[in-house]
Amino acid sequence: MQPSPMAQPKSFLWTRRVVLTLLLLFVLTPVYVMLSSSLKNLQDVQGSFKWIPHGLTFRPYVDIWKTVPLAHYFVNSLIVSVSATVFSVVVAIFAAYGVSRYRFAGRKVFTVTVLSTQMFPGILFLLPLYLIFVNIGNSTGITLNGSRLGLIITYLTFSLPFSIWMLVGYFDSIPRDLDEAAKVDGCGPFGALFRVVVPAAIPGIVAVSVYAFMTAWGEVLFASVMTNSSTRTLAVGLREYATQNDVYWNQVMAASLVVSVPVVAGFLLLQRYLVAGLTAGAVK
Amino acid sequence: MTATAPPRQAPEAGPGSSKTAAGRRLRPRAIERLRQIGLPYLLLLPALIAELLIHIVPMFFGIVISFKNLTLFFIRNWSKAPWAGFDNYRAAIKIHEPIGQALLHSFWVTLAYTVLSVALSWLLGTAAAILMQDSFRGRAIMRAIFLVPYALPAYAALITWTFMFQQDTGLVNHVLHDQLHVTSNKPFWLIGDNSFWAMVIVSVWKSWPFAFLALMAGLQNIPRELYEAAAMDGAGVWQQIRKITMPSLRPVNQVLVLVLFLWTFNDFNTPYVMFGQSAPHQADLISIHIYQSSFITWNFGSGSAMSVLLLLFLLLVTAVYLLFTSRKRGDADA
Repeated sequence: MQPSPMAQPKSFLWTRRVVLTLLLLFVLTPVYVMLSSSLKNLQDVQGSFKWIPHGLTFRPYVDIWKTVPLAHYFVNSLIVSVSATVFSVVVAIFAAYGVSRYRFAGRKVFTVTVLSTQMFPGILFLLPLYLIFVNIGNSTGITLNGSRLGLIITYLTFSLPFSIWMLVGYFDSIPRDLDEAAKVDGCGPFGALFRVVVPAAIPGIVAVSVYAFMTAWGEVLFASVMTNSSTRTLAVGLREYATQNDVYWNQVMAASLVVSVPVVAGFLLLQRYLVAGLTAGAVK
Repeated sequence: MTATAPPRQAPEAGPGSSKTAAGRRLRPRAIERLRQIGLPYLLLLPALIAELLIHIVPMFFGIVISFKNLTLFFIRNWSKAPWAGFDNYRAAIKIHEPIGQALLHSFWVTLAYTVLSVALSWLLGTAAAILMQDSFRGRAIMRAIFLVPYALPAYAALITWTFMFQQDTGLVNHVLHDQLHVTSNKPFWLIGDNSFWAMVIVSVWKSWPFAFLALMAGLQNIPRELYEAAAMDGAGVWQQIRKITMPSLRPVNQVLVLVLFLWTFNDFNTPYVMFGQSAPHQADLISIHIYQSSFITWNFGSGSAMSVLLLLFLLLVTAVYLLFTSRKRGDADA
């Protein structure tokens, strides 16, 4: 962004300094606690809190894998989140292409319905969905309750409304002439979608993928009800450190950090796209 | 416009369909026309199926269940559960009897929690977005840091806050008691009255970056010339913020505040990770309250009735909010 066209008064500069410093402290304190406590000995986290650790140790990072089957939960989370993301993004691309490029009866109803599911309380779906999954399992033998498949299907719909909304905004900003030209060259509508629209919308698709992955990776409510000991995801598994008789806070912090790093790193690398995607969506 | 049913024989178009393009030109126009009408519906079909399976159908099941006496006994065969009429609803709204009283209490707690959290998150998000509108040294890295709470998986952040709020080993009491000597003893944060405030602080920490993100995107749409023109007219920074920035952000704010309200009102993660399955009375948010009355006591009928009431309330709030803010926007534009 260009520098401001006018000189900023002292009052503005000082407000900025003070407010942003306080916000930095607020945001970073838990991050510091997580990082520093994960490097402490057990005695160090069992006494009164210390800002500076007494001697650093990497023991918690070794122990976390034994106290709780963390690797197993990690793999579960990875399978569920990656699958949910891939399906959600593909489904959203098709739907957004339909909404952006075609005028058809029910277009408005579809958009409003999909977006409004976003506001419904999760708890309202949880009970019936649980019963539906149990009953589908009983009558057809397809296990959805307690299985990764059930969780994947559920999670893909969580990110769908926002993904469709954001991609429609993105697709709308791509000139229609481009896909018309592709169609003249002999591409069908799907050819135009995959050869012209999708390549031009890569930033939007990346942003939507990040969002879908984060949604699935961080979901707690449905994971707590719809998983069992073999399909448990990190969201539920991480609580097991706290249910031991002694809470090994250093291990809890180490585990929290380990499960956060992939998501935060990915998000920070791609956050530009998310802002750009939100901007495109907000223009409409 | 009349709704057109999607044609059954959906065109078998796929990623590889381009090679049939030459053949397609020879087809009768009728099929071509059908294809044109059917195509958008085909594109929406996967999304529709997913939404139906996970959201729409369960919602209707939920409404049906709310009229049933569904306990653990009938869970494998829920259609056999006896009908309860409006009993579940009656129990939920009888505010002088235990179930209704607890629900009403939970409702007030949730409302207070939501209003505080949304107001503070919006305030912090707006302040940060406006103060960071113009570039300065370190702006990019600061923006990235501010987004960390949004990027962190909710449970990891919440567990860290739970650790910070521990009575004997937490950072909060260490700072308040040992370092600043504000409190004479170390208070409990995760039980009793304080649990409400602990939950509000954590909620603001988690949701203000989203407000910041949305408002930052909104600020990028304000034309630079507006500020330049205002500066020519002698308007200072503070005046520009009041006269240009805030009014321009109104459309973003309209959606943002509503989304934050709905998310926070439905918040389950915060109390669930901080307090476990039984939240303290003072922090008994509606989601965890319904969760408890459903999965701990296995009374699905009663839990569903409460969920439906919650949905009705949220629909009402959304409708009134949109009506009110849209009219205000209309007035401002006129």
